[in-house]
Amino acid sequence: MAAVISQPLSFYIHIPYCIKRCGYCDFNTYTPGELKAGSDIAEVSEGYIDLLIREVEMARAQSPESGAVPTIFFGGGTPTLMDPADLGRIITRIDELFGLADNCEITIEANPDTVSREKLAALRKTGINRISFGMQSAVPHVLQVLDRTHNPENVFKATTWAREVGFDEVSIDLIYGSPGESVEDWRTTVNAALALPITHISAYALIVESGTKLARQVKAGEVIIPDDDQTADKYLIADEAFARAGMNWYELSNWAKDGSACRHNMAYWVGANWWGLGPGAHSHIDGKRWWNVKHPTNYRSLMLSNELPIDGSEILSDSEKESERVMLQIRLPDGIARASISPEQNAIAHSYVGDGSLSQEAWDSGRIALTQKGRLVADRIVREILL
Amino acid sequence: MPAIELSKAPQPSKTNPAQIRNFCIIAHIDHGKSTLADRMLGITEVVELRNMRAQYLDRMDIERERGITIKSQAVRLPWRSGIDGQEYILNMIDTPGHVDFTYEVSRSLAACEGAVLLVDCAQGIEAQTLANLYLAMENNLTIIPVLNKIDLPAAQPEKFAEELAKLIGCQPEDVLRVSGKTGEGVVELLDQIVKQIPAPVGDPDAPARALIFDSVYDTYRGVVTYVRVVDGHLSTRDQIQMFSTGVRHEMLEVGVISPEPVVSKGLGVGEVGYVITGVKDVRQSRVGDTITTYHNPTTVALSGYKDPKPMVFSGLFPLDGADYPILREALDKLQLNDAALVFEPESSAALGFGFRCGFLGLLHMEIVRERLEREAGLSLISTAPSVVYRVVRDDAKEMIVTNPSEFPDGKIAQVFEPIVRATVLAPSEFIGTIMELCQERRGTLLGMDYLSEDRVEIRYTLPLAEIVFDFFDQLKSRTKGYASLDYEPVGEAEGDLVKVDIMLQGEKVDAFSQIVHKDKAYAYGVMMTSKLRELIPRQQFEVPIQAAIGSRIIARESIRAIRKDVLAKCYGGDISRKRKLLEKQKEGKKRMKMVGRVEVPQEAFIAALTTDTDGDKSKEKK
Repeated sequence: MAAVISQPLSFYIHIPYCIKRCGYCDFNTYTPGELKAGSDIAEVSEGYIDLLIREVEMARAQSPESGAVPTIFFGGGTPTLMDPADLGRIITRIDELFGLADNCEITIEANPDTVSREKLAALRKTGINRISFGMQSAVPHVLQVLDRTHNPENVFKATTWAREVGFDEVSIDLIYGSPGESVEDWRTTVNAALALPITHISAYALIVESGTKLARQVKAGEVIIPDDDQTADKYLIADEAFARAGMNWYELSNWAKDGSACRHNMAYWVGANWWGLGPGAHSHIDGKRWWNVKHPTNYRSLMLSNELPIDGSEILSDSEKESERVMLQIRLPDGIARASISPEQNAIAHSYVGDGSLSQEAWDSGRIALTQKGRLVADRIVREILL
Repeated sequence: MPAIELSKAPQPSKTNPAQIRNFCIIAHIDHGKSTLADRMLGITEVVELRNMRAQYLDRMDIERERGITIKSQAVRLPWRSGIDGQEYILNMIDTPGHVDFTYEVSRSLAACEGAVLLVDCAQGIEAQTLANLYLAMENNLTIIPVLNKIDLPAAQPEKFAEELAKLIGCQPEDVLRVSGKTGEGVVELLDQIVKQIPAPVGDPDAPARALIFDSVYDTYRGVVTYVRVVDGHLSTRDQIQMFSTGVRHEMLEVGVISPEPVVSKGLGVGEVGYVITGVKDVRQSRVGDTITTYHNPTTVALSGYKDPKPMVFSGLFPLDGADYPILREALDKLQLNDAALVFEPESSAALGFGFRCGFLGLLHMEIVRERLEREAGLSLISTAPSVVYRVVRDDAKEMIVTNPSEFPDGKIAQVFEPIVRATVLAPSEFIGTIMELCQERRGTLLGMDYLSEDRVEIRYTLPLAEIVFDFFDQLKSRTKGYASLDYEPVGEAEGDLVKVDIMLQGEKVDAFSQIVHKDKAYAYGVMMTSKLRELIPRQQFEVPIQAAIGSRIIARESIRAIRKDVLAKCYGGDISRKRKLLEKQKEGKKRMKMVGRVEVPQEAFIAALTTDTDGDKSKEKK
């Protein structure tokens, strides 16, 4: 693989541990009990950081020419379960082998319930400069249905501390469209979020992923997912409230103050290069995608035998690259250039200008860009254009 | 043992008619005809025990699986009578058991001098059996009443012996009692066949006349035609001629079935066997036609020849439009073996290219569809079955409509629809229920008779269209499965009929048009529009669904425009998954049918075209 690559690598670092699994979550994460009966986080994650460091070294061997790293992202799982000093060791190793770009964005996801002011300060000290809290909702019964038990007030404390200890970029994640969430509940959440000292919001409509506890509850009729029309209304409520507060959409589900867009996530959407470290992590370099083995135990044993922990890979054909480009970039405010697609595709797209899903103004200036209404049917428009 | 070794038995082509007995078995499906036939093959030793398999004579998988006989066959059974000790040849002519094949039944009966009336002594006689019994009596056949399954604990031989005796005018003690399963009484039955059924009578010196009672396409041999020789003699040296068409054929092979084919030199008066002429299509060798010889032809055909006339029409469309040529080939192939099947290309705006097919009835339709799917591996959509309407317009011009979408929109003076005379047999406790159903279906009561204390025969005239809809399912479910039904066409009647069209976004969906009685149009419209509202996914725009008679809207629903069709999250690991989903949707989109701008999934068509009770249930009905 050791080829020259077109852009420097970003790093995604996966911490596959949680104290408790939330009912809606299908991420590749494990509780200590799932990995080893009766154990705790310290025991199951023993030596894990060293494995990640080893994978950093493998990455370097594979990409000896890659330049200074523009972004790093600690995701999970619950990365804040790790000792900040250990996370710092990974950053240091990346710096030693690749170098960090001057303005390197280093993000960590955090659970507002399990951070203290001291912990946040320690995280900041490692060089992590952006933090994203999983708030999800400000309404207790909604949090409960999501299996999130935090006290909504904790989020205010956590974000305030984060600012105090020197995080200039503070983000929260919200989920709307949960079972039992009314439109009023959602307004409450939106208002609570906007009262926080934050620069960025990601807001996602709940997806019922197969295999989750939530999916079983939905199937059994124990909970009812609100209908799509209500969920669409909630998107509009959020988009308008966020914009009024000076946070504009820069991706379908992401809003930020000027200059506060998450550069790591942008890397995914513009097809940049990144290496995902850890079990189940996905990587992309110049049209090749691969993903690591999912289970931490398999990951560990492959790493210990000095093998790349790869589970599968694909080299994208031109048409697949094109599908990804359209599918990802249409979710951005600039959309895609009309000149980049065929006249037939333009003709299909034009019908969506007619019904107000694509911006007339953008169309006139040569681009295909979603309106607010259009953002809600983006997948449909992509299907129509690509099929 | 009264069986005779084959080589020592009277040989085909020179068997004395006095030694021949031709008979058939009239029975309802599941009354044990095939088991009894198997038992006869065993007792006469024409099939060795080790070669025996259940339902030996039913050749098609479908026949064996459904336990029904679609096509008849004839088996030659040598038998030494236990009464007079003489040798005889019994020709057992198997008859199809279903109302759809009444004409074929009538030809099988015409080839016989007698019939075994076989009735399950736990169930009693069924409507179709009764109909076939009347047919046999009209043909002056000697009837031997037999109760089967006397080994069953639920058997009520006294009760049903009385019922049979009353029907055919004999004494209850004349009714034989057998068990096809254990073999009890079967030897006596064979002896009674010899004793009671008259030997065939014919003129051996007259020009040959043989009745075709079945015609089967065989992949290797071409058409195998089953005949009963009435006069004269057929031999391999002859050239034969079809009376109806005058077409001449070489005779490649003559033989009998015993129960595997045995080649013979010919067939004489009263004999039953097969001829092979190299004909490739059963329509050239039709059931009911008379075969004669080219060099010494008869001038008088055997009576009763009819062209089979399709009664029920339906469009068959391949799910995948690319399969159209395969469907055509498969229909061509089926037609080789099914003179009653007619079809012509049809194109539907909604369903694409397919064929308008005509069938003898619902079972025939189902069998054809099932064979197409099974034998050609096709997935098909069939439109709702329709009957044949005669439409007279205001300008006195007449047209025949077999496809609701061709029903004229202009001024219509009169519409005539086919009428049947239906016979329902059921326990008397269901009289009220049955009458209610028949009234709902525009029936007129003709009469009612008690067959026994607690069983009745109810006769109605009904529009065939009502039966074709879901009458049988309803009858079965409302009578807990106890009622049986038979019907025969008795002409046509004027009806107050209208065509209901279904429109999506103002665009007519031809596949959903239906001709219904005026009083039922509204109910049909409401049913279809609400069904479609559930079945069609939301689109980018609002889709009105309307039911209309001409330009008058009688029912409407609407599918609201979709507002949300997007997955919120799309990060590093989601990208491949999302792209693959897109590729899958691309495949799914190919199976969407476009009605104007509206995307309709094929499942919606299938579900909408299935009658409300349940499409699959019909598979179980016999």
